Amino acid sequence: MDQVVAPVTKTIEIDSHTINFGPQHPAAHGVLRLILEMDGEVITRADPHIGLLHRGTEKLIEYKSYMQSVPYFDRLDYVSPMACEYAFALATEKLLGITAPDRAQWIRVMFAELTRVLNHLLSVASFALDCGALTPGLWGYEEREKLLEFHEAASGARFHSNYFRPGGVAKDLPAGMEADIAAWCEEFPKFVDKLESLLTGNRIWKQRVVDVGVISAEDALAWGFSGPNLRSSGVAWDLRRAQPYDKYADVEFDIPVGKHGDCYDRYLIRIAEMRESVKIIKQALAKMKPGPVKVQDPKFTPPKRSEMKHSMEALIHHFKLYTEGYHVPAGATYTVVEAPKGEFGVYLVADGTNRPYRCKIRATGFSHLQAMDKLSRGHMLADAVAIIGSLDIVFGEIDR
Amino acid sequence: MVDEVAVPEAPAVPADAELDAVAALAGVARVMREHGALVAYTTPEALPILAKTLRDEFAFAQVMDICGVDWPERTLRFEVVYNLLSVTRNARLRLIVPVAENAAMPSVTGLWPSATWWEREVWDLFGIPFDGLADHRRIVTDYGFEGHPLRKDFPLTGYLEVRYDDERKAVVYEKVKLTQEFRNFDFLSPWEAMTTLPGDEKARG
Repeated sequence: MDQVVAPVTKTIEIDSHTINFGPQHPAAHGVLRLILEMDGEVITRADPHIGLLHRGTEKLIEYKSYMQSVPYFDRLDYVSPMACEYAFALATEKLLGITAPDRAQWIRVMFAELTRVLNHLLSVASFALDCGALTPGLWGYEEREKLLEFHEAASGARFHSNYFRPGGVAKDLPAGMEADIAAWCEEFPKFVDKLESLLTGNRIWKQRVVDVGVISAEDALAWGFSGPNLRSSGVAWDLRRAQPYDKYADVEFDIPVGKHGDCYDRYLIRIAEMRESVKIIKQALAKMKPGPVKVQDPKFTPPKRSEMKHSMEALIHHFKLYTEGYHVPAGATYTVVEAPKGEFGVYLVADGTNRPYRCKIRATGFSHLQAMDKLSRGHMLADAVAIIGSLDIVFGEIDR
Repeated sequence: MVDEVAVPEAPAVPADAELDAVAALAGVARVMREHGALVAYTTPEALPILAKTLRDEFAFAQVMDICGVDWPERTLRFEVVYNLLSVTRNARLRLIVPVAENAAMPSVTGLWPSATWWEREVWDLFGIPFDGLADHRRIVTDYGFEGHPLRKDFPLTGYLEVRYDDERKAVVYEKVKLTQEFRNFDFLSPWEAMTTLPGDEKARG
């Protein structure tokens, strides 16, 4: 009689499932689709899908003149629009071989720092919101409104300012604005203190963010981190100091550096950077002198409206600038700025015509988001939200 | 009392030590300075070893950006551009690799993990495949997208447009319909673009 041998089997229960996080999720900071492979409540793999906001900016710029390209940069990192314009303006200036006048450089430095505060306020506020703290969000937005008023006063638009142009800035500051900004500089540090009193020592906040999403300095470098995320891992690298552009060589500020590279450090760095930005703004205000705000060359700078009324040459320059634009000599440059989120770069290839041949935009958040898998592995689902918040990602620039 | 110490004059640094050092590396075809930035050209074959040397010996710990450039009229149609950064030496290097259409590039993801998404993007937008890239999916274009949009022969308007069809209750893909002809103005003045004018042959005899 045949004996039936039961096959040796062992049942292992695997509670593995996949979660689709976003693209419509309030904590996804835009249109992030995150595929999370979960083992119970623990993340085993995170696969971010990007591109849901891809608008083909780089392709569009190839069909626009240099001046027409500037507004596209506002729409990249829409939380800190002027920082993106800055990179393009500097890249074009480098290829043209022109330098913006002193006053324009100081205005750009000042607005770059106002933009940094603008960005960090939203970043910290929404990060706190993601972790369940509602009040910083409300306060932060209120404070941001004051900065957006400065944006509006200078450029005419709250967000899409189109203010930093190759060769300077679009127009000079309106009368009285410097005093307004100086007054704001006195008030703002008190607001940061208030904001910190809500979060920095807060037990719930610390439970959510301390030792979450830790990345070492070596890993942060290998993953292409920059800006506050790199500094929070202990690398004292700031382009404003290391490779200064415009007037950054003439201002004094400290570079806050973290120790642990966790979400809490990334938060603290941003708070400290806001205070440093105020220092820079004050110095810029003190050192700013009246003067031209655009390159004094009619080939790059449109003439004054009043001049056009009786100068034939001014009229011709105006017409040529706004139809054809200026021609940029053939060449290539990779120009970077220390945007609030990190290194924002423009690789601009010119072929001697009035349109960029290629304009590659090095988005800051691209490499930060890429490390999402590394950062969130082994963490709980709720920690993924904290990590996304701490990385400070904006899809306008990542997807381009 | 402070002794006055004669400050020794800085030793005459060779004009461009960094450039000479990079030029001496195997596989570097050409090195130059462009607007102050160091630019080196190499070939796809030489890239893996050269990149490793640059990372390990020149401390280029970061690849900040990898992108493609399309030059349709060249025999080696594409350029893949690597922007390297060394935070310890405060130096940058742009590595340009010309590559033919349909030829594959070696992947540098083994050296810099952050290269993965940049290489995926170059594949997506230019159609340059990367050998050794573990995750070779598209990245920024739509699911199921066809073509490589940043190639110069890809039209700005694309081929397909997407809309929500309320009757079918679904997202539908249709051929792009332009209500007006796509206008691409040629601003190049005929006097600047024309290098030989009618009658020049007489002048040259």
